[in-house]
Amino acid sequence: MATTSIEQALPSSKRYMVSKKRQELVIRVIATLICLAGLVIILFPLVWMISTSLKTRAEVAKFPPVWIPAEAQWHNYRDALTGNNRFDLYFKNTLYYSVGATLGETLSCALVAYGFARLRAPHKNKLFVLVLATMMLPGWVTLIPQYIMFSKFKWIDTFYPLIVPRFFGSAYLIFMLRQFYKGLPKDYEEAGLIDGANYFTIWWRIILPLSLPALGAVSIMSFMYHYQDFFGPLIYLSSQKNYPISLGLQQFQAPFGGTAFHLLMAASVVTIIPPVILFFLAQRYFIQGIVVSGVKG
Amino acid sequence: MATQTLPSGKKKESSWALLPSNKLARREAIWFWVFISPWVIGFLVFTLYPILASAYYSLTVYNISSPPRWAGFDNYVSLWKDRVFWKSLQVTSYFTLLSVPLGIVLGIALAVLLNQKVPGVGVFRTLYYLPSLMAGSVAVALLFSWLLNPQFGVINLFIRNLVGTNGLIPLGWNGPRWLQDPNWVIPAYTMMSLWGFGSTMLIYLSALQGVPTALYEAAEIDGANRIQRFFRVTIPMISPVILFTFITGVIGAFQQFTQAYVISNGDGSPAYASMFYNLYLFLNAFRRYRLGMASAQAWILMVIVLLLTVAMFWVSRRYVYYESDEEGGI
Repeated sequence: MATTSIEQALPSSKRYMVSKKRQELVIRVIATLICLAGLVIILFPLVWMISTSLKTRAEVAKFPPVWIPAEAQWHNYRDALTGNNRFDLYFKNTLYYSVGATLGETLSCALVAYGFARLRAPHKNKLFVLVLATMMLPGWVTLIPQYIMFSKFKWIDTFYPLIVPRFFGSAYLIFMLRQFYKGLPKDYEEAGLIDGANYFTIWWRIILPLSLPALGAVSIMSFMYHYQDFFGPLIYLSSQKNYPISLGLQQFQAPFGGTAFHLLMAASVVTIIPPVILFFLAQRYFIQGIVVSGVKG
Repeated sequence: MATQTLPSGKKKESSWALLPSNKLARREAIWFWVFISPWVIGFLVFTLYPILASAYYSLTVYNISSPPRWAGFDNYVSLWKDRVFWKSLQVTSYFTLLSVPLGIVLGIALAVLLNQKVPGVGVFRTLYYLPSLMAGSVAVALLFSWLLNPQFGVINLFIRNLVGTNGLIPLGWNGPRWLQDPNWVIPAYTMMSLWGFGSTMLIYLSALQGVPTALYEAAEIDGANRIQRFFRVTIPMISPVILFTFITGVIGAFQQFTQAYVISNGDGSPAYASMFYNLYLFLNAFRRYRLGMASAQAWILMVIVLLLTVAMFWVSRRYVYYESDEEGGI
């Protein structure tokens, strides 16, 4: 009781404030501790990945495991990326179709989103509901006819099936960009029209330059997806010269515990570096994009 | 705008006209169609036509090398009798029921914690989000298959050190055989999917920050404690976001494929315990070239997802709170 004498001397409202502040401080400390503990758990697999990538084959097989390799085996990276697995080639292939798909997707989504966000036409809202509805549609439903279509075009084992469809927009990114375009003031169109510009010029000269951050977010999301996509390449690419990294990684898998985990992990680390760097460079836009699409959904 | 009515009470435009009669409005509408034309073409060629075509293929026997042969409902009947098909439905439903609610609870819990003015929120936010950047990739699938290895995996090492025979609390439980035990396969896949819960967490965090503080203050004055405030203010206010993450989560879970394909080497082992719906669809389509059968599976999947979505919206009407929005909800 003695320790609370100061508080008792205070008027009751102030005493309430003090105890409330103390309570909040305790909660903040506990919350921070739990968040830190969670972080350790969630980051552990990544740390383990990096640590394994620097071990010798003998260290990998040791049990209980070696946490930090005695000597970092940097040559694992060279060994993993050269040799039988042509990772230089896989990287080139992946970049080739991811960049193509990203460009197509960003451009087409910017066009379509502008139409939906800022131009008026009958039935516009009904059409937009249709756009949103395709977001709910499992991609697997359209898969087989698309495959048959592309095989009739003789596009199997080429990059076309991975790039060309992306030039026709994707519902999710259209939705995100539309949210952004709707936030811009209406005056741009009015001023442009008075100066004799048409809507395409207004879009190209005024709206696009203004929406670079949003376009950045959309193109990063698009790139991340195509860069890591496994399913598309698995179906459409068959010869090893066309393999992307996602199929290349899978080749490390060997039956009966023969997998060279130190090399696999080294290759894995290399493949996740580009998305991670991209994420840190454009973090703000990226997080904004996720938040906008989620909250307004 | 378009629904402006004349004094007579009739609508100004015939409601089916694609272009308005007014010259300026007409020009704007034409530009609208020009701008959205990529999507319209894409929708017709890559969505609508494939949906209809797969409905047709689902009624045929088709192996791509010879033209489709009409078979009526044979594919659907043989799927009905196919035990692996039912198993794949069961595996996928189990995974969905386990991973989606857990992901949401975890996402909300962490968002609430981070919302307590935790120092360095930005750093936490970034680092928690990091795994979801790569959660669906082949690299992570292979990493987890190793972490979950029953003998040499690190996860079981922790379990053994904690509750194993010689562990800290000797309960004699040395950890499950995870991906090798049919009963533990789905919990293992759930763990992998939960690892990427950072993006859900971010959505909730921003939803929490959107709840007006006045509501909490009012509730506090009315004598509501923290727990009451959470269930009576926070949850109703973020309920649209919960619905959104729930629906996208269910749709996503029903399309689980990459990890199961990579880890089980494409055969759904052990004992079909990782035979996810789409893995079986894939095997029928691209390993056995039963394209008709696979199309039937795809159509059944579409109907299931459609029914689930409608059901979730319908059930949620009573529970989800929408603020009035001049845009009419979209």
